[in-house]
Amino acid sequence: MSNAVAHAEAHGHAVHHDALQHHFETMQQQKEASTLGMWVFLLTEVLFFGGLFFAYLLYRVWYFDAFAEASRTLDISLGAFNTAVLIGSSLTMALAVRSAQTNQRSATVRWLISTIVLGCVFLGVKVVEYADKFEHHHVPGPHFISESPWAAQEQLFFSLYFTMTGLHALHMIVGVGIMSVITWMAAKGKFDEHYYTPVEMAGLYWHFVDLVWIYLFPLLYLVERHN
Amino acid sequence: MLDTLKLPERHYLNNGHGLKSWLLTKDHKRIAIMYLISISVMFLIGGLFAAAVRVELMTPEGDLFLADTYNKMFTMHGVVMVFFFLIPSTPAVLGNFLIPPMIGAKDLAFPRINLLSLYLLWVGAAFFFYALFAGGVDTGWTFYTPFSSSASNSNVVPTALGAFISGFSSILTGLNFIVTIHRMRAPGLTWFRLPLFVWAHYATSLIQVLGTPVVAITIVMVAVERMFGFAIFDPVRGGDPVLFQHLFWFYSHPAVYIMILPAMGVISEVVSTFSRKTIFGYSFVAFSSLAIAVFGFLVWAHHLFVAGISTYSAMVFSFLSFAVAIPSAVKTFNWAATLYKGAISFETPMLYAYGFFGLFLIGGLTGLFLATLGVDIHVHDTYFVVAHFHYIMVGGAIMGYLGGLHFWWPKLTGRMYSEFFSRISAILVFVGFNLTFFPQFMLGYMGMPRRYHAYPDEFQVLNIMSSAGAAVLGVGYLLPVLYFLWSLKRGEVAGPNPWGASGLEWQMPSPPPTENFKEQPVVHGEPYEYTPHVAREANLV
Repeated sequence: MSNAVAHAEAHGHAVHHDALQHHFETMQQQKEASTLGMWVFLLTEVLFFGGLFFAYLLYRVWYFDAFAEASRTLDISLGAFNTAVLIGSSLTMALAVRSAQTNQRSATVRWLISTIVLGCVFLGVKVVEYADKFEHHHVPGPHFISESPWAAQEQLFFSLYFTMTGLHALHMIVGVGIMSVITWMAAKGKFDEHYYTPVEMAGLYWHFVDLVWIYLFPLLYLVERHN
Repeated sequence: MLDTLKLPERHYLNNGHGLKSWLLTKDHKRIAIMYLISISVMFLIGGLFAAAVRVELMTPEGDLFLADTYNKMFTMHGVVMVFFFLIPSTPAVLGNFLIPPMIGAKDLAFPRINLLSLYLLWVGAAFFFYALFAGGVDTGWTFYTPFSSSASNSNVVPTALGAFISGFSSILTGLNFIVTIHRMRAPGLTWFRLPLFVWAHYATSLIQVLGTPVVAITIVMVAVERMFGFAIFDPVRGGDPVLFQHLFWFYSHPAVYIMILPAMGVISEVVSTFSRKTIFGYSFVAFSSLAIAVFGFLVWAHHLFVAGISTYSAMVFSFLSFAVAIPSAVKTFNWAATLYKGAISFETPMLYAYGFFGLFLIGGLTGLFLATLGVDIHVHDTYFVVAHFHYIMVGGAIMGYLGGLHFWWPKLTGRMYSEFFSRISAILVFVGFNLTFFPQFMLGYMGMPRRYHAYPDEFQVLNIMSSAGAAVLGVGYLLPVLYFLWSLKRGEVAGPNPWGASGLEWQMPSPPPTENFKEQPVVHGEPYEYTPHVAREANLV
């Protein structure tokens, strides 16, 4: 028998945990694999959004006046409110992970539901903002209307605005879906102090999506606001 | 002696029967077999488009297809071959099958994600087939804007979405390999005892994970521009088409290394086995894979030398492109040094390895021509470029893939194929390949541009040679289908280690059981130990 197996059997509880998949030796190995996998996935997400950030950077340098002009049409108070909502949701998410680690089932469920609610509030505000853009013909394309001398380049800003916030919102929707599944699992008592990896991984994803917004808010809403 | 060998009673192929046991499997080996079948079908389809192109080019007049139809033929050839065959080829089939046993694991770290990545490839292919039957796409596989945004009325979005989705298949495969190699190695299997095949796949996975998302977001940007009239690459509204080229090649140049690095991993295994020697300069070969992956990310703008980038950045990218030659040469020289004074034999996998050396050498050296700024201006967008990248992507990558398939076929199926026919096919592929693509170097140097269905009369002789070579190449590629299928029923039973190779995967029965190893293997020795007493100590004999 190999050392790895002998080592695993010394920690009897880990070997026989229901959540241990057949191809892992120990719960710890399984958890480390999941964690590394999640971080690598988030790395791909960074590069995914990175392409957009690069395009934004280039055009902002080239057409700064157009970007500043277009940015001023965004509602800064709604944006700031949403930023606060998302930071709040990261807090509730962190508390959900903590509760799962300490085996408090009902607290875990409660914090997860709060996270979902805050996520939905964010998406609701986004709907209001998008509707406003459609109303004012700020959506790039044939129906775009702008009085400014940089009307053409403003379309670049709004193209990036919709693509970036749209993809972010899509990630939020996926996140709410994941959270719903995790909440259901938590309510069924699938997690305990030896196995809470899914809560933690969902949390990593949620924090990442928050973090994207932390960059999007200043880049899109706060271009030359002091004028 | 062969008569006494028997297939094991229980193995992964007969552990469960029926379609459902395959479609819902979590066994990396079964998933690899499904990948093998899927990409073989895609290879055949891509090959048919190539055949159409070569038939059209037999005469100087554009007499078989209209110009638009011809554009669709080479576009779909490129899309199928790049996204649905070459990118998945060696990693998804051989890597999937072999990485877990090579590191002494029961499976990849995420078996369900592995199955998901296969399904994503199928979904991506479904989008492609939709585009094909709806009338095809004509932008070239590179989807350059504004060809792909305002100038084309063909099915760009479904095709691009197909590439997007199959890209996530590739990302998930890479992610799975990285985690598996980090977290699932057998006791005693340190990083510097890993087979070089695993190192090559680790480097490949890094590119898949870091590069693919960038092309994915680029495709999204083209799609929103096309579907919603957004303005990201539209010059009328201040957008920059060259930005597309930067973003596209940031992935698509490293993508070439996604194709060639796993093939290099195969060659390391094959060369060592069939010269019965430890690989020369193990750590150099291992690190050269990583170096290629890193340098590969820093050379993309050599595709843009005539796109209006500044002279200074062109010089930097030219220099960096030359730098990629260093780790590539490190590998080639180390393989040559491995052969030196080895007990070399000429089984089929080794013939493919020799073919790889020849073709990769020509492909790599002509890459240096193209990295040279002045020469690139002369041969840019000519058949010289077409010939160069086919030498790498077909000559290099497919020779490695086929060599690997022949090397591990007995492990995959438990049976041997016909050595006679497989040698014939290896030679046909080599000869046919050179006949197809060497004339294209000359055509390109003489000024024949790529992507035209008609050409001046003086180019006809070389084009006919190229088309004739393509026919030979086609026979060389079809033969393995026949003798591989034949071997499934009639082939001699191979036994666990028909080549006397040293890798951990050869300790499993052939075909292996679902769990790969009955007991967790423990590794005591270095890889590639072919000296008898060392091999005995390492428990490999």
